[in-house]
Amino acid sequence: MDLHTVVEVVSPARPGQWRRGDAWLGGGTALFGEPQPGVTRLLDLAASGWTPITIRDEGLEIAATCTVADVNRFAGAPGFTAFHGLAAACCHAFLASFKIWNVATVGGNLCAALPAGPMIALTAALDGECLILGPADPGDGPPGKIPADPGDGDGGLVERRVRVVDFVTGDGSTVLRDGEMLRSVTLPRASLTGLTAYRQGSLFTHGRSAALLAGRLTQAGEFVLTVTAATVRPYQLRFPELPDERHLLDELEAAIPGDAWTDDVHGLPAWRAHLTRTFAAEIRRELAA
Amino acid sequence: MTVRINGTEHGRAPRPGQCLRTFLREEGCFGVKKGCDTGDCGACTVHVDGEPVHSCVYPAFRAQGKRVTTIEGLAPADGLHPVQQSFLDAQGFQCGFCTAGLIMTTAALDEAQRADLPRSLKGSLCRCTGYRAVADAINGVRTVEDPEAGAAIGAGLGAPAGPQIVTGTARYTFDVAMPGMLHLKVLRSPHAHARITSIDASGALAVPGVRAVLTHEDAPAKFFSTARHENPSEDPADTRVLDDVVRFIGQRVAAVVADTEGAAEEGCRLLRVAYDVLPSVVDPEEALLPGAPLLHGGDSNAIGRLDAELGSVADGYAEAAVVYEQTFRTARVQHASLETHGAIGWLDADGRLTLRSSTQTPFLTRRALADLYDLPLDRVRVLTGRVGGGFGGKQEMLVEDLVALAVRATGLPVKHEYTRAEQFTSATTRHPFTVRMKAGARSDGVLTALELRVVSDTGAYGNHGPSVMFHGCHESISVYRCANKKVDAYAVYTNTVPAGAFRGYGLGQVSFAVESVLDELARMLGMDPVLLRERNVVLPGEDMTAPGSHADDLTIASYGLDQCLTAIRDASHEPLPEPAPEGWLVGEGMAMAMIAAGPPGGHFADATLTLLADGRYEIAVGTSEFGNGSTTVHAQIAADVLGTRPDRIVIRQSDTDVVAHDTGAFASTGVVVAGQAVLAAARSLRADILAKTGAVTLGVDTAVQADGSALHLRDVPGPISAQGHWTGSPRSVAFNAQWFRIAVDPGTGELRILRSVHSADAGRVMNPLQCRGQVEGGVAQALGSALTERMVLDGGTGEVRTTGFRQYHLPAYADVPHTEVVFARTEDTIGPLGAKSMSESPYNPVAPAIANALRDATGVRFTDPPFTRDRIWLGLQNDHKGQPMT
Repeated sequence: MDLHTVVEVVSPARPGQWRRGDAWLGGGTALFGEPQPGVTRLLDLAASGWTPITIRDEGLEIAATCTVADVNRFAGAPGFTAFHGLAAACCHAFLASFKIWNVATVGGNLCAALPAGPMIALTAALDGECLILGPADPGDGPPGKIPADPGDGDGGLVERRVRVVDFVTGDGSTVLRDGEMLRSVTLPRASLTGLTAYRQGSLFTHGRSAALLAGRLTQAGEFVLTVTAATVRPYQLRFPELPDERHLLDELEAAIPGDAWTDDVHGLPAWRAHLTRTFAAEIRRELAA
Repeated sequence: MTVRINGTEHGRAPRPGQCLRTFLREEGCFGVKKGCDTGDCGACTVHVDGEPVHSCVYPAFRAQGKRVTTIEGLAPADGLHPVQQSFLDAQGFQCGFCTAGLIMTTAALDEAQRADLPRSLKGSLCRCTGYRAVADAINGVRTVEDPEAGAAIGAGLGAPAGPQIVTGTARYTFDVAMPGMLHLKVLRSPHAHARITSIDASGALAVPGVRAVLTHEDAPAKFFSTARHENPSEDPADTRVLDDVVRFIGQRVAAVVADTEGAAEEGCRLLRVAYDVLPSVVDPEEALLPGAPLLHGGDSNAIGRLDAELGSVADGYAEAAVVYEQTFRTARVQHASLETHGAIGWLDADGRLTLRSSTQTPFLTRRALADLYDLPLDRVRVLTGRVGGGFGGKQEMLVEDLVALAVRATGLPVKHEYTRAEQFTSATTRHPFTVRMKAGARSDGVLTALELRVVSDTGAYGNHGPSVMFHGCHESISVYRCANKKVDAYAVYTNTVPAGAFRGYGLGQVSFAVESVLDELARMLGMDPVLLRERNVVLPGEDMTAPGSHADDLTIASYGLDQCLTAIRDASHEPLPEPAPEGWLVGEGMAMAMIAAGPPGGHFADATLTLLADGRYEIAVGTSEFGNGSTTVHAQIAADVLGTRPDRIVIRQSDTDVVAHDTGAFASTGVVVAGQAVLAAARSLRADILAKTGAVTLGVDTAVQADGSALHLRDVPGPISAQGHWTGSPRSVAFNAQWFRIAVDPGTGELRILRSVHSADAGRVMNPLQCRGQVEGGVAQALGSALTERMVLDGGTGEVRTTGFRQYHLPAYADVPHTEVVFARTEDTIGPLGAKSMSESPYNPVAPAIANALRDATGVRFTDPPFTRDRIWLGLQNDHKGQPMT
């Protein structure tokens, strides 16, 4: 929809340019999908020209501006079995169609921080780490400390790294402070191999995820279970080896507090908790086979 | 940097926050539609550098330097793209509002995507068709027929507007460029109930571009009803254009009229309104209690009341072998026509107030506007373009009154177009009903008592409330012979978004209870539910009785209910084509419904047929076209009577200038009332032409003399015109029945429809392709109400929480099974050429048939749709075997 209050677009935008009233713009599918009466300027990151996916020694670096379509068609590293085991499935977990995938970005999905965000599931399950860039003087202090115009240089930027499971803190909330932006997510090489299993549940066929779980069995035998959608933020359980079902369910019970189950129109909390237990057990069995 | 649109460079720069959809429309590409404006429905799909995107969530500035292809540029100017041709061949549309987006999406699918349409089309919503016709179009199935002269009736003729729809050139309400047009935006109430004590407009008026602020002080003092009926006294006059009391969150407070939407929105944000908050009530049962806050004064919030008994239900229970009692609650659902409400108004060259509106009732809206503003009828004109879906939602005057006020205040053209969120918060919904029903039957299945307590929540305004309540309590009950019937019904004001007319008009809600209870009685008796119906249904020649005073012009002028029930029995006796997944619970269920072919109290239509100078014929008729297909049938009727081909018929419609009167396209009357008028006019014109030429018959383009010589019609001295009129009375009844076989996964609550059969008695089926589409679309919409759709309101304030298609799930391709449609063979003695109505009625039996199948599969009686997976699963956990799950 038209965002009538926007009077300026900075394209491409650079980290550090943010001031009050600005919104970082990825693909735009989220930002343009609801009224934004407080936004007066768009800082366009999609035009930054960042390489969508880069294979590095430490693993896969996914730019915040990498589109979902880029993730879905990425075939560059056949050895990354865990990535390929989950990536396409997580793309298909979008309620949004393939037409949206052409525009929507990985960074946008993470920053929207919806429980059902499938790029959150993907990158959390693969132990992704967010690279966050922001002003030296972050914006969670008094408003007066934000310079009206921080200038256009990269000077004074501070970067920090936060694991994806910690990046999303609740339904629609992240650790990002005013002025900060997500630059990329790096999936460490050690998490990209091994076996994976995945389950998604929704009220409707091809509907929005009510529970989205990914399990991963590393080459070292470690079992990592990531729970999203059913909970307001990602929860991750790690076991040195594949646990038995009882142990897994007990740990799940202990890890997720009762008020963490998502309670909205996309599914009753009790049902989401039930799906989570069912899917966790199924994933364990699949990886044990 | 320019945007290259359909091969042409466009140099005008988009506004900074503009989305590509509105930019393309401003550049003249009106085929790019707004369905949701949130990226969910796909009606705005275009290609950017060859890739399909939803242009409503695509930043327009980003298209600079890129190639954009819209529906207008998909094919070369002199032909159709193969996908456009296939949508025409399969009539893969009804209202057509989603069609351009569907075609642009389909054109971008690769082979793998075509093989998995449920997944590939999840971003493409169609509200009308139920997707079967869409699937046929994508799969290249040709269903449309090209009938011979004089043989159009009974053939699957395509809609006359089809070529415009598939090319994006059909013009809907907002698809016109009007120089100097102002935009109107509305500030809406944040309070469930409050008196406005002051409105400070100074900040708003200071916004550059703001031309006017309209408040209750500018509005007429008169009260009216937004509901539109031939007889305005049917509906409570409780609404003002702008009121100094607001009664629900989302009600109009003030309007800002400005040069741009942005300025109008900014003006709304700067209005300073002071409220005196009043006590409110959002639950209809609480609203009925003594001491409840009264929304409109008087001594009760009950605006409709029916308390009557036929025979004695007490005697009926004494006679019964089995008695069952249960409470049912239907959800609040929304019409979700893909074109939102809205209108463009202006003063024509003669100073006449003119409204181009998305309405089902142009003539009744004109009358209401004339009344409201004390204008002679001939000083108001209301017309429509093609209307992007209605479903009853546009049998209301929800915008025209305010646009008229703004036009009169400014003297300039004004547009008011609802957002999708406003459709949910500030239009109308289906009435949520609570029905407590008790019934008894003898051991042979004969019903001895039917007793209903009905509470219908009409929201903050009465509009259709009383009529929906009365209608809901008629055919649902009168279809059954039973000596003892009792109804205790209320239509109740609450401080919530108003309910209004909705497909089925109350019948679906009450039938949900009736058909569920009859299913339980059959179970208690160990009887086939079809047989139980057969033991009790009204038969030809019998009276249709229901408690209370109902119009007496309803008659069974053809009877196909027996055939409908036989079709259901046959389906249930056929073996399962494929087994259900292991461990799933399997069951089947049926339900049936009757509906009057038209509303009580008169429904009028005028039609004029004219022989044009070029030898073609013109139909002038008031009915608006929103995918109902009436226009196609009108052309078929005229073509057959005049012995010609439908392509010789041109149609002018849905404009108060073209005929004297038309009550409107509602209550399933497009064929049975307006069609009757067209038939009369065509017969009269035929007689006139024969008389004038001395011919004995008419052929294609010719009047044929007794000696076999032919006079070309363009050589007939003219013009020759003839009129037709129909009063909509007496009325017949139509019948429908639905059967499902389903499987339920007890582990997740997933419900899968294994087979769906719908039988319908539409009298003589004028256009089997279209009529099948009406049934399929009705079934799909009802599956939404039964399985996926629910408006969630805040329990304390009534604020609508589901304000978009992401929270309110319309059935998508993946949600709708194939439904086999079986038509009864009957010929009605009232309807034109034997036809009956078939647009609302397929909706009504679907939800109870699903509930009955669920009961059969799981042992649980689910009483409160929608039956989503979480709620089905929860019902199974509670192990309510034979008990209700609410």
